[in-house]
Amino acid sequence: MTRVTVENVWKVYGDQTVLENINFETEPGSFIALVGPSGCGKSTFLRMMLGDEAPTRGRILIDGVELEDEPSPDRGVVFQKYSVFPHLTALQNVMLGLEFAASPFTGRLFGRTKREARNASLDMLKSVGLTHAVHKYPSELSGGMQQRLAIAQALIKKPKILLLDEPFGALDPGIRNEVHEIMLRLWREEGMTIFMVTHDLSEAFKLGTRVIAFDRVRNRPEEQKAYGATVTFDLKVDGKSAPPQPPADVTLAAAAQ
Amino acid sequence: MRRLINRRPDVASRFGLMILPFVIVVIAYMVASEARLSVNPNDKLLPGWSTISDAIERMAFLPDQRTGDYLLWSDTLSSLTRLGIGVAIATLIGGIFGILQGLIPYFRATFNAFTGVLSMIPPLSVLPILFIIFGLGELAKVMLVVIGIVPFIIRDLALRTAEIPHEEIIKAQTLGASTWQIILRIVVPQMLPRLIDGVRLSLGAAWLFLIAAEAIASDSGLGYRIFLMRRYLAMDVILPYVAWITILAFALDLSLRLFQRIAFRWMYRGN
Ligand SMILES: Nc1ncnc2c1ncn2[C@@H]1O[C@H](COP(=O)(O)OP(=O)(O)OP(=O)(O)O)[C@@H](O)[C@H]1O
Ligand SMILES: [Mg+2]
Repeated sequence: MTRVTVENVWKVYGDQTVLENINFETEPGSFIALVGPSGCGKSTFLRMMLGDEAPTRGRILIDGVELEDEPSPDRGVVFQKYSVFPHLTALQNVMLGLEFAASPFTGRLFGRTKREARNASLDMLKSVGLTHAVHKYPSELSGGMQQRLAIAQALIKKPKILLLDEPFGALDPGIRNEVHEIMLRLWREEGMTIFMVTHDLSEAFKLGTRVIAFDRVRNRPEEQKAYGATVTFDLKVDGKSAPPQPPADVTLAAAAQ
Repeated sequence: MRRLINRRPDVASRFGLMILPFVIVVIAYMVASEARLSVNPNDKLLPGWSTISDAIERMAFLPDQRTGDYLLWSDTLSSLTRLGIGVAIATLIGGIFGILQGLIPYFRATFNAFTGVLSMIPPLSVLPILFIIFGLGELAKVMLVVIGIVPFIIRDLALRTAEIPHEEIIKAQTLGASTWQIILRIVVPQMLPRLIDGVRLSLGAAWLFLIAAEAIASDSGLGYRIFLMRRYLAMDVILPYVAWITILAFALDLSLRLFQRIAFRWMYRGN
């Protein structure tokens, strides 16, 4: 179970302050929806969570330990675009994470280990409903299928935190609902913490256990550069079981030992 | 009337239009040649078809009296060998340096300006230096081809590599990839087809440098033969040789394109 602590984080590019004084802490297994006007720094915040950018001031802790300053497998990501590799089939895209871990030099698996990775990846693809498309290249998949593939690819690494930057923004409403259901089910099953940036408030409240809004407090033109966005709104969404419980028999088995 | 930009030829007229310029050039040549030969039957500038076909037979299908070689084929072999080795070396160097330069900031900081400056050196101006260093043998000619095209290939591939969406590189890291694994599984497979594009674009220059080197110091090769024949005003040999070089260059380009289509199917699926 993962707790994320954001302590007094600032991000400044040159003379432009993008984010200022961001503070919050998340419960284990939260689904955090990040909303805010365009350009307020939501993607910037996710990039800091990823380790792609460092905070100018302040720090981000995962379970009390400061973030690694580069991307790592404990933080998975799905972007709006370019999340999957165009030169690999769906199956190869998902297997990739397992191959990297097991084969430092060639980045490829052979024989039995390959079969195991393949089976695990096929299961993952099944759980996002892509069984019929495992040998297709991303360019042959629809937008919704590509995003489901990107989710499967990220989840095969069992990340503690999953970062989503407007992952469903380009999908039409029907498909979007479908992917929402898949996302919610996987989140409950895996028990990870999710940060999702979205422009869609109803999506934020539908999926999130907590909705956090970034916005600028000072908006006069001469203040634009010197002041950044901060948390203006932070709301727990009721009616969701935030920390997913492990199945009862597992707990019992663990207790019995 | 629809706008010109919206009007498209159908398949038959596309084919007709495609061969039209070739037909015009051939007819123009025949008319001009006929006209000159009727004034002066010994004219060498625009030889008639029979003279040309005699020359082709002499060069391609009869052994040379002095050496016993079939000159067209032995010339082709030595030129293609030089070109092939040169282009292969340039592709290898260009591929490695291009990818590293496009991907690794420290590598880029070290070599970007350097390759930029190198690419400004006119390759032909270093030909004498190559002859001095490597002698008049094969190596100098191969090196000219390499030096002539490698800066372009490096810079082209470095740009393509830098164009790989940053998201992909981040994603690979979140899947646990090391720098080496990113190069091996993400960058190289996506850059190989681009590298082939770069090589195709530089083939014209490669031929230019090859022929220049052969013209200056050689005893075989297509370029050597053309410049040798110039002394005798032997247009009946030069013209078929030029046509032959063109065909070779075209075939090389085409086979690279076909190879790219077959080997990198993912680029052409969907969309
Ligand atoms: N590398 C950078 N250098 C300079 N400024 C940057 C950089 N990245 C982002 N910014 C600036 O930071 C601000 C926030 O950008 P960001 O992409 O985080 O916004 P966002 O909230 O994700 O917007 P959107 O909803 O449109 O995606 C923008 O004003 C942008 O110009
Ligand atoms: Mg954004």
